[in-house]
Amino acid sequence: MSSTGAGYDLSATTFSPDGKIFQVEYATKAVENSGTAMGVRCKDGVLLAVEKLLISKMLVAGSNRRVHGVSKHVGMAVAGLSADARQIVYRGRDEVAGYIENYGSQMPPSMLADRLAQYVHYFTLHGSLRPFGASVLVAGYDVELKKHELYVVEPSGVMYRYFGAAVGKGRQAAKTEMEKLKFDDMTCKEAMKQVCKILHVLHDEAKDKPFELEMSWVCEESGWKYQAVPQAQVKEAEEWAKESIESDEMDDDED
Amino acid sequence: MDIATQQEYPGLKDGEISTGTTIMAVQYDGGVIMGADSRTSTGTYVANRVSDKITSLHDHIYACRSGSAADTQAITDYVRYFLASHSVELGRLPLVKTAAKMARGLCYNNKDRLLAGMIIAGWDPVDGGTVYEIPLGGTMMKQKFAIGGSGSTYIYGHVDAAFKENMTKEEAQQFVRKAISHAMARDGSSGGVIRMVVIDKTGVSCEYIPGDQLPFGP
Repeated sequence: MSSTGAGYDLSATTFSPDGKIFQVEYATKAVENSGTAMGVRCKDGVLLAVEKLLISKMLVAGSNRRVHGVSKHVGMAVAGLSADARQIVYRGRDEVAGYIENYGSQMPPSMLADRLAQYVHYFTLHGSLRPFGASVLVAGYDVELKKHELYVVEPSGVMYRYFGAAVGKGRQAAKTEMEKLKFDDMTCKEAMKQVCKILHVLHDEAKDKPFELEMSWVCEESGWKYQAVPQAQVKEAEEWAKESIESDEMDDDED
Repeated sequence: MDIATQQEYPGLKDGEISTGTTIMAVQYDGGVIMGADSRTSTGTYVANRVSDKITSLHDHIYACRSGSAADTQAITDYVRYFLASHSVELGRLPLVKTAAKMARGLCYNNKDRLLAGMIIAGWDPVDGGTVYEIPLGGTMMKQKFAIGGSGSTYIYGHVDAAFKENMTKEEAQQFVRKAISHAMARDGSSGGVIRMVVIDKTGVSCEYIPGDQLPFGP
């Protein structure tokens, strides 16, 4: 190692002289290459939506899911290496099951997000481990407080609570679009259309692989249970989004 | 009669201290009232005539203990410890259900080594005033009211007839006082004073009725 700053990226156990942990930053990069995943907290629930890029035209529709149920009231959307993400989802399921077993009530989403962050963080502390190349969005309903919440757990092991969040390739543009909208005053059904539109706008049909839209929610309509958004409603939202994009383009042409 | 045949509970070791007891807890409009006598005995010898069998588990959750004093103290110590760390992680008041579930776990998993019958009761923001009964085998039952201990057998008929739902605090206190004093009068292993703990959303208050001022007595 001839100069300072070289060779500090091989292990997550060593800081660089600038105070960075490169392995964690590389893990974050792995998430940035993934299809976009969005989460929004609306007035009547939380909505998760994922742009699932299809690696092959021969894939069976609905395979390689990127939104997962964790418990009756909690779901997760994942971005990054899906095998890494699966590990986090399984851990989440273990955590909630253990909580019910020990304490006799549903685990609050805040605690689940915190426990997941602890789990992910552990993998940034040991020489024999590598960090997770995945971020997860946690949407859940707190049964005791009667509140719905959205969290993001990142590869560094931090956890944030959001009104609206996006991870993956299109996150920057998605956030810009989301900031223009008031999701807090919208119902999940209304937000669903807007989120659909954002994901379609971000998707570059010429450059990007084709994608399947996956959406799920925890909302008043579902009795605060986590469930996939019914396929008919997804289709309806997608059609609205496509029409809306088209008419936006027409307006632009007129100007 | 030697000591071994004098034993009240076959599960108790020679000389082991038992809370041959009358305990109860009642849900009322807004909270719970827990009550117990104060006799602790070793066989026929009264080891303590003013003991406290209503033990704190958390700010708004208490347990009535019956059976082996050593066993029930060990269990409540564990539950108090678990509950304290749980509520810190949770950042809010724990549920009575959670306390009961913890005690149930200990009672069930160690059932062949324990002699413990408990009533867990208290108030929490989700379920309000709540009573759970955990008898010998480690079952956990949610009840509107519960009685336990050797003295309870004498008052089943009375409490079944006298209990009403949604009593006021005063009515519930009267119910507990009367039931326990009758049990204390008939049960040789119960006696002393009546201790009561009233728990509602405002907090906890404790009171006792001296042995010479019981509503019913010999």
